[in-house]
Amino acid sequence: MEKKNINRRDFIKIVGISTATVSGLFYGCGKGKSDENTSSDPTSPVPVDKMTYRTSDRGDKVSLLGYGCMRWPTLPSPAGDGNVIDQDAVNELIDYAMAHGVNYYDTSPVYVQGWSEKSTGIALKRHPRDKFYVATKLSNFSNYTRENSIKMYKRSFEELQVDYIDYYLLHSIGNGGMKTFRARYIDNGMLDYLIEERKAGRIRNLGFSFHGTQDVFDEVLAMHDKVHWDFVQIQLNYVDWRHASGRNVNAEYLYAELEKRNIQAIIMEPLLGGRLSNVPQHIVDRFKQQRPSDSVASWAFRFAGTWDKVLTVLSGMTYMEHLQDNIRTYSPLIHLTDEDKEFLEETAQLIKKYPTVPCNDCKYCMPCPYGIDIPAILVHYNKCVNEGNVPKSSKDENYDKARRAYLIGYDRSVPKLRQASHCIGCKQCIEHCPQDINIPRELHRIDSFVESLKQNKL
Amino acid sequence: MLRKVRQILALVFFLCITLLFLDFTGTIHSWLGWMAKIQFMPALFAVNTAILVFLFLLTLIFGRVYCSVICPLGVMQDVISRFSGMRKKNRFTYSPALFYLRYIVLAIFIAAFFLGAGSVVALLSPYSSYGRIASNLLTPIWQAGNNILAYFAERAESYAFYSTEVWIKSLPTFVIAIVTFIAIFILAWRNGRTYCNTICPVGTILGCISRFSFFRIEIDRDKCKNCRLCARQCKSSCIDIKNHNIDYTRCVTCMNCLDSCKYDAIHYVSRFRKNKVNDVKTISHAEADNSRRAFLATAAMITAGSALKAQEMKVDGGLAEIIDKKVPHRNTHILPPGALNKNSFAKKCTGCQLCVSVCPNQVLRPSTDLMRLMQPEMSYEKGYCRPECTKCSEVCPTGAINLISLADKASTQIGHAVFIMENCVAVKDKVECGNCARHCPSAAIKMISIDKEDKNAPRIPSVNVERCIGCGACENLCPSRPFSTIYVEGHERHRMI
Repeated sequence: MEKKNINRRDFIKIVGISTATVSGLFYGCGKGKSDENTSSDPTSPVPVDKMTYRTSDRGDKVSLLGYGCMRWPTLPSPAGDGNVIDQDAVNELIDYAMAHGVNYYDTSPVYVQGWSEKSTGIALKRHPRDKFYVATKLSNFSNYTRENSIKMYKRSFEELQVDYIDYYLLHSIGNGGMKTFRARYIDNGMLDYLIEERKAGRIRNLGFSFHGTQDVFDEVLAMHDKVHWDFVQIQLNYVDWRHASGRNVNAEYLYAELEKRNIQAIIMEPLLGGRLSNVPQHIVDRFKQQRPSDSVASWAFRFAGTWDKVLTVLSGMTYMEHLQDNIRTYSPLIHLTDEDKEFLEETAQLIKKYPTVPCNDCKYCMPCPYGIDIPAILVHYNKCVNEGNVPKSSKDENYDKARRAYLIGYDRSVPKLRQASHCIGCKQCIEHCPQDINIPRELHRIDSFVESLKQNKL
Repeated sequence: MLRKVRQILALVFFLCITLLFLDFTGTIHSWLGWMAKIQFMPALFAVNTAILVFLFLLTLIFGRVYCSVICPLGVMQDVISRFSGMRKKNRFTYSPALFYLRYIVLAIFIAAFFLGAGSVVALLSPYSSYGRIASNLLTPIWQAGNNILAYFAERAESYAFYSTEVWIKSLPTFVIAIVTFIAIFILAWRNGRTYCNTICPVGTILGCISRFSFFRIEIDRDKCKNCRLCARQCKSSCIDIKNHNIDYTRCVTCMNCLDSCKYDAIHYVSRFRKNKVNDVKTISHAEADNSRRAFLATAAMITAGSALKAQEMKVDGGLAEIIDKKVPHRNTHILPPGALNKNSFAKKCTGCQLCVSVCPNQVLRPSTDLMRLMQPEMSYEKGYCRPECTKCSEVCPTGAINLISLADKASTQIGHAVFIMENCVAVKDKVECGNCARHCPSAAIKMISIDKEDKNAPRIPSVNVERCIGCGACENLCPSRPFSTIYVEGHERHRMI
């Protein structure tokens, strides 16, 4: 083993020497890069013991990369017990993550059609309980009653096969304003109940995840003196930092408020459901000019991880390649310089120019009672926006190519019966969207765009 | 030589016409559409005098080359017969004509034609029979092959292929296609052109003309050694060596006999040039083998890919189940724009399925009604008659569906929408919808409050039947399942609005 390592290092050195001169000619600023690049270099093995850890107020040593269990790979058809998740793939991903130092796993009773907790629990059960932290949530969106909420809370223990939960969250507060917040947690006494549970040790840390308007955030944060929030989960990335979409609050403000109160932040949507990885080509080129061997996604993760009050950064990694890439990024984390932050702010402004719909494919809006595949429609639209396949008029230079790509791709990614033309505008989805997208309006807009493409009347 | 020419021409026609039925994109029609229009039956139904005259003259000059080159059903039988001949050579013998059967079938056909019994006509017309076989039996294989390519294209991020839906559009027609195919297959396998010379009305009509054709096959009595090799090659069983007679009403001028004769005693010559010997080159066996191999290769290509996978997009479990729509009862069936009116359409349509094959919106399907069996009609469970499409009118070889412009189509009323209150989701689920109004291309639907007094009450559609063109957008996109809350009732006569 030892010998092998030396050999590898020698090899890298030799390659490094021979390429250094060449790369120096092409990239003017090569200072101090050779040592930084070792982990992100895609040809080197994924580091096992280089993960950056943050220490929580209670002394938990949490890996900076947290595993979001909202996007587990699914089976083409459900397994015998009805589970839609590909359990073998989940086991493999979690084993790999554990082996490479990832120790924080974030799930919810409603994720992946309600199967995420169970599958995550099965995979984690195969590891010692003191080697991982598990987070889950009170996702009482549809039924606020105390009985139902307590039932949901207790069920999480069974599904996850644990007798304590490390991090417990009030799920997605902010949607529906203070009124909904009170109905979900105050009026039914659930918050008091959970505080008691924390005292009893069945919950080790209590916090909330936030999407929505500033007034709710401020008011719930003001309860800190009484409740003592151990952590708060916020949406943070270099676009939302200063350019939050819809009613959402800029992450710069959210983070500053937490920092003020010395509350640790857990980051969600660091990559906006992949939207910050799947960017237009010229933005990819921008990133590659800065750090040729780094992935586009790594910039977003470095941005999210660079803030000291951040405990962990969640990523819903469906694919092994994404897991590996993220492990590289945080093994160890290379902090952003001030120039880097400025560069990302400029990039955010460029990205904002593209009229994408701010959908992160979280599927909270699903299932649509009328069978529409909402995220698939929006994701396809965004993909075409980024690839320049949403023509403005039939006189556009690439109109024919773009039209074909849009229409054929549309039928491929969304079956006809689930396309936007079938959206009746019942508005039942709107309240579920954490990004505050007016889904029916967007679907109708996309539908009329598709219609004019089909009729060649753009 | 002549045989070779006939074979090549026949194969070109056969493959091209088959492509017309297979090509669901409708692009080939602009190039090859004429091939369907020169078919005898479509020309007859379209009263296309020029083509009828051409076909009569063609037959009067060359004999029934129509049957061995232009007619796809005839060529199909030759193909089947050829395979059969590979197992058993020289298997034909002369048999006398089944005179009564031929003319009885012809009489039935003529009667049906004038009485407007479209289903009988469609059943007897050879072109329609082939159309049914192609669109019901070959198209699914073709589409499956296309879908496999689309599957790979999708993975390669290419937009060269897109997948299509494969479904049985009408069970009776499907069954008829299978039965026709099996019957013709058995007849052709055993006796070559039996169908053409006993049942086919076109064969009988052309036979009456070819009796007097200028060029014809003739036997040189002096040279003939009565070996019967020619008669044994004759798919039409029309060479009577005993009397050195050929039944010209049945001869399809396939030229097979020419190459079979070892004594140079049989020729394709002018009827007025008695027994003048022409140099007829014989085709070597090697050549024949080559062409056979070439044919096998094409056949293999067409049938390749029967493994049907990735037909429909897999459904994520997180999606609500969608119940299939059911066909509502329509008092009057719906005919595509360009069909003008029910009766003239029924008289002109030969039920060839070309329009059904090309309809990109899954709207046209063969009727199951006994009187109109196999003739197309419209229904909107899988799609609706989209404003940018006039494909059926472009391909119709008989003029049953007249060529129509997009503008005319947009103002042709083929039916009107009918609203059934109980089914409406605004009433059932108390939700806002208006999907019908949103998608009506002629703005014939407005949403109105269900309650005169209450402005905020659920809104239901109000259909202005004067503006409605019957395209079915409302019916197809209605969220109510299995029966839409709004459906289209056909019009017997189409009108311009």
